[in-house]
Amino acid sequence: MAKKEQDLQQVVEDALAEQKVPHVKFKGIDPRNIDVDRLTKPSKETRQERWGKGLTFLAIILIGVLIVAIIGFVGMHGLATFIDNKVNVFHFLFSTDWNPGAGKNHVGAAAMIVTSFAVTLLAAIIATPFSIAVALFMTEYVSGKRVQILQSFMELLVGIPSVVYGFIGLMVVVPAVRAVFGGTGFGILTATLILFVMVLPTITSLTVDAFKAIPKELRKSSAALGATKWQTIYHVVLRAARSRIMTAIIFGMARAFGEALAVQMAIGNAVLMPYNLVSPAATLTSQLTSQMGNTVMGTLPNNALWSLALLLLIMSLVFNFLVHLIGKKG
Amino acid sequence: MENWQDQKSYIKTFTEDECAISTQDLSVFYGGTVQKLFNVSLGFKKNTITALIGASGSGKSTFLRSLNRMNDRVARVDGSIMFHSLDVNQSKINVYELRKAIGMVFQKPNPFPKSIRENITYALKANGHRNKKKLDQIVEESLKAAALWDEVKDKLDQSALALSGGQQQRLCIARAIALKPEILLLDEPASALDPVSTAKLEDTLKQLRKKYTMVMVTHNMQQASRISEYTAFFHLGHALEYDTTTNIFTNPQGEITEKYIQGSFG
Repeated sequence: MAKKEQDLQQVVEDALAEQKVPHVKFKGIDPRNIDVDRLTKPSKETRQERWGKGLTFLAIILIGVLIVAIIGFVGMHGLATFIDNKVNVFHFLFSTDWNPGAGKNHVGAAAMIVTSFAVTLLAAIIATPFSIAVALFMTEYVSGKRVQILQSFMELLVGIPSVVYGFIGLMVVVPAVRAVFGGTGFGILTATLILFVMVLPTITSLTVDAFKAIPKELRKSSAALGATKWQTIYHVVLRAARSRIMTAIIFGMARAFGEALAVQMAIGNAVLMPYNLVSPAATLTSQLTSQMGNTVMGTLPNNALWSLALLLLIMSLVFNFLVHLIGKKG
Repeated sequence: MENWQDQKSYIKTFTEDECAISTQDLSVFYGGTVQKLFNVSLGFKKNTITALIGASGSGKSTFLRSLNRMNDRVARVDGSIMFHSLDVNQSKINVYELRKAIGMVFQKPNPFPKSIRENITYALKANGHRNKKKLDQIVEESLKAAALWDEVKDKLDQSALALSGGQQQRLCIARAIALKPEILLLDEPASALDPVSTAKLEDTLKQLRKKYTMVMVTHNMQQASRISEYTAFFHLGHALEYDTTTNIFTNPQGEITEKYIQGSFG
């Protein structure tokens, strides 16, 4: 061993003596002369930075203007009902007399407001337990490929256009409800059943994300305390994901509240205070879609529809606000 | 380290009465074929702290997790684990009861997102303890045992996540102690903590030694020498040397153990 090292040392020394070892040349890597003037002048890089910042800022401004314009436009027309046509705000919110063509004392939207909230809440109430169960199954009980298959099923549900949901509702759910519960088959119950399927994937996928965000260590240390899987799920996983599940439900509700087409096809479109779940009714959105072609711009019936739109806009802002509130509270 | 097989293993043995828990030929396989632990037979003496040292991937954490069956569903564990003259490495054992008797504290402090009090009462409540007075008493006792009581007694109902890392880790110990286990398994309990918190944690562990048997995986050899009575050295899935901590650190028998202690690898 020692001899080998000596030999090696000898070879290196010989090579060095004969200058066969390529020497590192220090030429050309001296520090550059610093041009002090250039330090104070803009260069290609600084211009690039300015352009990048400018472009993204421009995009933000454009979108901002768009948002302000939408809110302003809807607000202007929506408020015209109350300012130009002198409709009482309380009358609008609490009266069920909806016949805007007949004058300012017949612009009560209460029936639609109640119906909108009814279908939204009922759909969320039915969908949430299913969503939590499906999400638990996907995160706690199966793994790998099977999760992906389940997930793509859920994504499929999201991708189906709402008109298809409405069509299935009209052709299948309406007759089924008519056969089982009587009545015409159109009404809150039918709309709720359709919305349940439509919000299910939204709530489920957000709930899956909520469960996935919980550190594995929490589950492990719960198991190390002798807790069963179910105890861990109930006391640790659900508890830790609580606020994010609430967020998921609110996103689902926002979707249900704003859905127009499928609801319009199934709810019956009669602006009446619903007295049971199978009587024909109308939501804010369904009234808007079914009536928008029948009014003249600038008249009271048209302005009244704008007011419905304003109400929908305000509600979506409220849903957003709730999501932020929950997010902040953690 | 190709020649590790040449090193004989030097394993100290205890009688079964002296041991709180012991293993016989414990082997662990991942994915059915990949063997991570080879016939490890170690006994852990009652009311002592035993440190498990060794490089990353040496199998010490795998060994530790096997002791309270946390490797169920993760890996196949062969061999026997003797606890109160009962082999607890069989399928008929109720793992939930076993884990209450053999507690575990993990590397990263991981309190549940609940209040300090609920963190401790969680497992008790799951077991059907409902008496509030008794629960309060256990909360106090466990926190005192984990040397955390003075720091948190005024904020028991605040979120445990607001505590510092060191406090959280001691809360995790208190949480495990609340179930009155006989053995505490500690998986690098101080590796995520700063030196001051580590010192406090070590003090706590030294206090707890009077009542519990502890087995601790550590990467920190100073820590092993500071608080453990016995040390086992793991290498590539084998337990190569097991003796009093003094002997391991001052007079290691095997060449690899010596190299590891001196810091030549690992």
